[in-house]
Amino acid sequence: MAQSQTPALEIPFSVDYRRRLPFYADVLRRLVREKPLGLLGALLVLMFFTMAVAAPIIAPYGKDEIGAGPRLGGPTMDNFFGTDNLTRDVFSRVVYGAQVSMTIGFLAILLATLISVSIGVISGYFTGWFDMFTQRLVDAFIAFPGLVFIIAVSSMFLDYEAPGLPTSGVFQTQNVILALTIGVLLGVGSSRVIRGATLTVKSQTYIEASRAIGAGHGRIIFSHVLPNVMAPVITLATLGLGTAILLEASLSFLGLGVTPDTPTWGGMLNREARTFMSQNVWLAIFPGAALSLAVFGFNMLGDALRDLLDPRLRTG
Amino acid sequence: MTQYVIRRLLLAIPTVILVIFMTFLIVRLVQGDIVELILAERPYADEGAREEIEKDLGLDKPVPVQFVYYLRDVARGDLGESYWTSRPVTEELKDRLPVTFELGFYAIVMGLIIAIPIGILSATRQDTLADYGARSFAILGLSVPYFFTATLLIVFPSKWFGWAPPLTYTNWADDPIDHVYYFFFPALLLAFSLAGSVMRLTRTMMLEVLRQDYVRTAWAKGLRERSVVTRHCLKNAFIPVITIVGLQVGVAISGTIILESIFNMPGVGRYLVGAISQRDYPSIQGVVLVLAVAVVLVNILVDMTYAVLDPRIRYS
Repeated sequence: MAQSQTPALEIPFSVDYRRRLPFYADVLRRLVREKPLGLLGALLVLMFFTMAVAAPIIAPYGKDEIGAGPRLGGPTMDNFFGTDNLTRDVFSRVVYGAQVSMTIGFLAILLATLISVSIGVISGYFTGWFDMFTQRLVDAFIAFPGLVFIIAVSSMFLDYEAPGLPTSGVFQTQNVILALTIGVLLGVGSSRVIRGATLTVKSQTYIEASRAIGAGHGRIIFSHVLPNVMAPVITLATLGLGTAILLEASLSFLGLGVTPDTPTWGGMLNREARTFMSQNVWLAIFPGAALSLAVFGFNMLGDALRDLLDPRLRTG
Repeated sequence: MTQYVIRRLLLAIPTVILVIFMTFLIVRLVQGDIVELILAERPYADEGAREEIEKDLGLDKPVPVQFVYYLRDVARGDLGESYWTSRPVTEELKDRLPVTFELGFYAIVMGLIIAIPIGILSATRQDTLADYGARSFAILGLSVPYFFTATLLIVFPSKWFGWAPPLTYTNWADDPIDHVYYFFFPALLLAFSLAGSVMRLTRTMMLEVLRQDYVRTAWAKGLRERSVVTRHCLKNAFIPVITIVGLQVGVAISGTIILESIFNMPGVGRYLVGAISQRDYPSIQGVVLVLAVAVVLVNILVDMTYAVLDPRIRYS
């Protein structure tokens, strides 16, 4: 007896048989293919990162080297961005400026991420009194105008030198404190978003299933909640880096941030540019352009990552 | 509605107390001997100055007692005396606060006037040239810091056309037109950076609302685009936009601090920067407190607007 022929199973949807990439590799592929502006942002971020790391190699002159060219000269082949009132090379100073911006930015975001994830996940997962209490604290933090908060904190450390930190350069006390302050400010602020994401994840069926087979809270948090709130975490960190760099520059522009011996974009705009720009307009243009491009890069990359990782996220 | 207002006000009380506590901490956490630091700024201080400063700052009592006293003083409207001018801090702030708030207010209003129409246009003409233009404009506003554009605005027109924005403050009573003209440029620069996020959010929200069934119904009824957009979409798209306006109050206050320094405005921002360089802690504390509480209050107002516009919020 002939075997009755089973008709080929009709699949009502098309299956993509191409090799599945790991999730984050796929995000990267789509960034390159679908998000030209995001890719541009990524390249800018990479450029400034390289600038910061390889500043001594890229910069043709030292950060404070006097006699790099004429006084207040315009852009030439020797001094790409011209020279300032002390005959220092502006290009080299802009390159070194990336060091401060990137260091403070990354340090701040590292702390901000730690804070926002711990507060957000614990608050959103356990809810209850801890949630009530921290949310009021978060309210108070959000109420503080960002720059005012940072100014207030840095005013407390005006004359302080932390033991173990160098007295000048990128890692001087005031810089580290500035980075930590920005980190706390951004971290507490963005914990709201992480809390929201955690609440959503918590109500999913797979969490219930996990509970049902007897998984403890720690296991659920680390193996289910954390990986699923990674999307907003990454997006917030990228966008936050732009904000952190902008805040550092604002403070340096007010003359309250990094000490004058370390070149920063905000500081260059404040000191050299505001005093001498009527004689050499380039002094204002290049540090400002570097700052704007860096912030633009992080914003574009952050936007693209948000679209790719989690289209539901919405920030202004 | 009344119930909502009362609940909202009650929720604000812990926030305000926390904000006051945070400003209270400023003086206590200053690194190094705060009295020494203040004395160092006052070369002609006499013998009794040390005790006087300690008493002024309330440092001669246990910390919890100090906080109660501080709360009492704040409730009475007593913010201490400026060490620089020896006038009460409240007196110093009375003339300066209106300038800061006026600038912030103009900036937010101008930001909305720029952002909302562009955001609506950008959504209704999605993926056209106008949309791309509008979105690039928003990203530019977000990335280019206002202290950079302000610097350029002061240099270039004067170099090319012999024109510069006004840099001397004119009282409203003396010449209303000059007064507004004086505020116009800093407010416009700040408005551009505020407009970026409002525009993007308006666009996203409009796009979402435009896809709703009731909007399709409105189209099907044969309504004109004008009434579909204004009567059916705007009110619904607006609610998240209002939240972000509340958040922008803090951003605007931060912005005024920087712009006041650039445009020589007699506001609290410039006063704050001056107070920091003089270690004038009662003034720093006073400014931070007033600005933070103002932001809390404005946010309550924003929440109320919210409830008026969307009855769903009142009952949730």
